[in-house]
Amino acid sequence: MQTHTAKRVEIVIEAPLERRLTDALVKAGVTGYTVLPVLGGSGRSGQWTREGQVGRSGMVAVICLIRPDRLDGLLEAAFGVVERHIGVVSITDCEVLRAERF
Amino acid sequence: MVLDILNLAADNLLSPIILCFVLGLAAALARSDLSVPEAAAKALSIYLLFAIGFKGGASVAAHGLDARLLASVGVGLVLSFGLPFVAFALLRVMTGLSRIDAAAVAAHYGSISIVTFVAATSVLEGRAISSEGYMVAVAAAMEAPAILSGLWLASRGGTGHSEPGLMREILLNGSIVLLLGSFAIGAITGAEGLERISSFIVSPFQGVLCLFLLDMGLVAGRGLREQRGVLGLGAVGFGVLMPLIGATAGLGMGLLVGLSTGGVALMMVLAASASYIAVPAAMRVALPEANPSVYLTLSLGVTFPFNLTLGIPIYVAVAQTVTGGS
Repeated sequence: MQTHTAKRVEIVIEAPLERRLTDALVKAGVTGYTVLPVLGGSGRSGQWTREGQVGRSGMVAVICLIRPDRLDGLLEAAFGVVERHIGVVSITDCEVLRAERF
Repeated sequence: MVLDILNLAADNLLSPIILCFVLGLAAALARSDLSVPEAAAKALSIYLLFAIGFKGGASVAAHGLDARLLASVGVGLVLSFGLPFVAFALLRVMTGLSRIDAAAVAAHYGSISIVTFVAATSVLEGRAISSEGYMVAVAAAMEAPAILSGLWLASRGGTGHSEPGLMREILLNGSIVLLLGSFAIGAITGAEGLERISSFIVSPFQGVLCLFLLDMGLVAGRGLREQRGVLGLGAVGFGVLMPLIGATAGLGMGLLVGLSTGGVALMMVLAASASYIAVPAAMRVALPEANPSVYLTLSLGVTFPFNLTLGIPIYVAVAQTVTGGS
């Protein structure tokens, strides 16, 4: 089956920043994204877990699949939000079936 | 009065809600795998906020509105705006925290802990001490102003910036909307409305509070275990001293407004408690340079357990002594 090259951008960011990030992505022309809850983790800011939390706390993962030529615009928009905050931005190569959707 | 405090503290320490908190704390410190799922914890908190708001509204419907409601909300706002400045000055003297961290911590101590408030109402009910139902509205009013004071304190050092939409998010955060919404429903439907759902919001209340405090104990214990070493002795001292200072300010304001014994005790509890839900989220958005380990561990790991175990009995006993109520 025919596949097409794409970029998978995964941004793990603090939950209170989620809406700001997704708004920035939409403004930058991203047509779709997926938000996943993150159960817990550990990093430079120490350990944390989602268990038992009642406020808007913890982290979420925002995942975008886009055409390679749109990567820079997305990263600029994302970095504007993520720059001062705890989080991780990673980019991987991937293949998609329907290129026109990204 | 000392004997009263000791008796009340002993009763309080051996109550199911405190023992549940201690169980959670001990389980987390001992690295047990006991946990309350996030969704269950949120459901418990929604129940408690709804129940406490509704009962407050129904109480206002039964006793009527008076000028003291507005005055109480007014002094609550003054406390919430003002206490961060006291906390900030204390932190700069007692700890080596940076200006940013001190400002973030100070914001937490001007705002309130609704769980401490709920626990205090439970203690008052257990001792048949009545309080003004509208204290729920005072609690809601005191959530947000401290955030503005904290951000202003931080901005004086050149950090912190106005974040578009932040104030709307703070004022419309879920707990404030639910608390004020259920308060309004309680006030509109009154005693009849309360009667209809009392089997849901009155009888199970203590049991749900027990489970919720078990969860709070787990969260506090986990924080203390994972963030040990984050707080120095000065910061821990602040976590115990600041609630007493806040309670004293709350006592003065409660007396100024002319609240009942229960109302004065609740005003003291509100002024003594520190936020660990609304303010941390706001600080992460507006003041990301501040270290969340410091303010969360202080608020949830030091001040919350202090208020729950010793603070509430002290505030209730002082309120009874000063107002002459029982």
